[in-house]
Amino acid sequence: MNLDFSPEDLAFKAEVRAFIAENYPAHLRDVQDEGEELGKEDFLAWHRILAKKGWVNPAWPTEYGGPGWTSVQRYIWSEECALADTVPILPFGINMVGPVIYTFGTPEQKAKFLPPTLTGDIWWCQGYSEPGAGSDLANLRTKAVRDGDHYIVNGQKTWTTMAQHADWGFFLVRTDPDAKAQEGISFLLIDMKSPGITVRPIITLGGEHEVNEVWLENVRVPVENRIFHENKGWTCAKFLLAHERSGIAGVARSKRGVDRIKSIARTESQDGQPLIKDSFFKRKIAELEIDLLALEYTELRTLAAENAGKGPGPESSLLKVKGTEIQQRITELALEAAGHYGMPYFRGFGEAGHNALAIGPDYAHRTAPTYFNVRKTSIYGGSNEIQRNIISKMVLGL
Amino acid sequence: MDFNFTDEQNMLRDTVAKFVQQQYDFDTRRAIVKSEAGWRPDYWKVMAEELGILGAPFSEDQGGLGGGPVDNMIVMEEFGKGLVIEPYLGTVVIGGGFLKHGGGAQAGDLIASIIGGEATFAFAYAEPQGRYNLADLTTTATKDGAGYSINGRKAVVVGAPWASHLIVTTRTAGGQRDRAGVTVFVVPADAAGITRRDYPTVDGLRASEIQFDNVKVGADAVIGTVDQGLDLVELVTDEAIAALCAEAVGAMRKIHETTIDYARQRKQFGVPISSFQVLQHRMVDMFMNVEQSVSMTYMATLKLDESNVERTKAVSAAKVQIGKACRFVGQAAIQIHGGMGMTDELAVGHYFKRATMIEGLFGSVDHHLRRYETFSLGDAA
Repeated sequence: MNLDFSPEDLAFKAEVRAFIAENYPAHLRDVQDEGEELGKEDFLAWHRILAKKGWVNPAWPTEYGGPGWTSVQRYIWSEECALADTVPILPFGINMVGPVIYTFGTPEQKAKFLPPTLTGDIWWCQGYSEPGAGSDLANLRTKAVRDGDHYIVNGQKTWTTMAQHADWGFFLVRTDPDAKAQEGISFLLIDMKSPGITVRPIITLGGEHEVNEVWLENVRVPVENRIFHENKGWTCAKFLLAHERSGIAGVARSKRGVDRIKSIARTESQDGQPLIKDSFFKRKIAELEIDLLALEYTELRTLAAENAGKGPGPESSLLKVKGTEIQQRITELALEAAGHYGMPYFRGFGEAGHNALAIGPDYAHRTAPTYFNVRKTSIYGGSNEIQRNIISKMVLGL
Repeated sequence: MDFNFTDEQNMLRDTVAKFVQQQYDFDTRRAIVKSEAGWRPDYWKVMAEELGILGAPFSEDQGGLGGGPVDNMIVMEEFGKGLVIEPYLGTVVIGGGFLKHGGGAQAGDLIASIIGGEATFAFAYAEPQGRYNLADLTTTATKDGAGYSINGRKAVVVGAPWASHLIVTTRTAGGQRDRAGVTVFVVPADAAGITRRDYPTVDGLRASEIQFDNVKVGADAVIGTVDQGLDLVELVTDEAIAALCAEAVGAMRKIHETTIDYARQRKQFGVPISSFQVLQHRMVDMFMNVEQSVSMTYMATLKLDESNVERTKAVSAAKVQIGKACRFVGQAAIQIHGGMGMTDELAVGHYFKRATMIEGLFGSVDHHLRRYETFSLGDAA
């Protein structure tokens, strides 16, 4: 047992830290802290820089352009990115469909889709959930019917994150209507510019447009865009869900969040003292830090197991549950710390130059919308109730 | 011991409930939130003239219906069920409360115009540095001839864009956080020297940052006693908190009801999600939170006229319960609604947003726990 990083790991840490400091776009600094809604180009700017360096896809095998990092190095990388508060790399291509394509795809599919996924020239979205298929994902109804060398796809997807920017989507569709639940599903890559696709925004509680409904009406999809065998798409889906969960603990980002609360609490005043001197508030931060520490060392144990060749198992559900609970508590504390100034709603009236009467400190502006928004984390990616079911069944055998 | 309402109070509840059901559905409210004005002055007229509820807590001598805090509680609970935006809390409970308890030269006329629907009030008490400490005041009022001149800055004044009058807490003597030296004024919202910056709030209301630059008021603008206003501010704020608790109860009842309905309808794995025990227990916990909040709201409302110590303990205890319940009930509702709970389309999210703001209004759970501790366990007990 040894908690120290090796000298090589420490050298790596210094190297990536220096790279971020030198190359991260200045105009994107602090956008995370302020909880700004980011546009397509904001996401892509950092993606492209990392793609050029070969670091955009830490977990990919080297033969597909991955940097060949160990899981410890990947951990250090994500930690450094969080410390620098970089714009996150969108997971849909890099963490989700990319690994599905290099694991299950044909040589032609790999050649066609992997390079532009790396460079950011394909923006992916995920067509999984449907109005009637949320936690019960296998209940999906979107149909694909074979017509020569095409499928004709009809149905509706929902909660499709960032579909408004997407070039391509990866969709779960039902190809055998008579098969039961998980059987009869196929995994299709669909060009979002295909005729018959309509993307409609869903506005969420904080006023954001992150998610969408995607309607598919007689969309023609070449059979060559199916990944893996017909009716065996659930294999890809399960593989992808496991990848989606790894990294979902968000430890490094949460550490940054805790630091941010401390800094707000040092600035906010209460009875002429900084809020951080308040024994109630201080204790809540301390409890949060301790919970985060417990999560961090649980994640490190998982990581060590992974390094030893044991893939992430159903234990990763623990990381999802605890990780999202901590993310949510961070937003609760930030809102509490903001006091009265958690109340103003800024969307649409943040005009420049109106400094005569500032509406509270900048750090307060997005605390409430962020609190509302982050409620999603215990719902998406398999709700926390589903994650507990997974632990109950797969880990405890109940 | 009697938790029953009088016939008049039941009638008041029916009147308000009917108005909310018939004229304040979710789409109507959304339209109001999005409108330029942000409220419905015509509805305010309806409340004054047709429903006659703006006089509910005033004595018959004052032209009111002869009710009190329980009547405010009833109105606020029903308003909470419809997320009513119009400023009953700011005007009737707070503005009316100051005028009732503090008196002053203008009190009679102003109460009459509250009841008649002509005057609306906003409570300018919070300051950027003050957090929830009502005595932490840098806004000053200094003697100026026969009257006063007010200077300073007020933060997040809810309802100010709609108000004809502001209740302003100021420091007339003493240090920044001293109990002594606080004076309350009623100021016309359009008085010379007032600058406002208006904005929407996350829960669909409107509020303002307000700057006072040499705002001149007469001696008749004082409410209560010069330099001794803090007791009055605390009393009226406690009444406002009790009314806010009632609003929260109305909102939480609705959240709970909506969640049960949704869970019964929503099917996953071939069955309604209401059949899952983990969600059943969550909804039971919501129920218990709501019921305990109802109890605490009654208790606090009935203790508003007791001694300062008893009143403070009761109100802070209620606000702690309601603050915790708002968070639990709201979060559970969103979780059980799943993705749908996250959307702007469904009413439940809007109730959650209001409930979340109520958590912090007039003091967070921590603030009121501390206040309760001081009065129950500290030197004051």
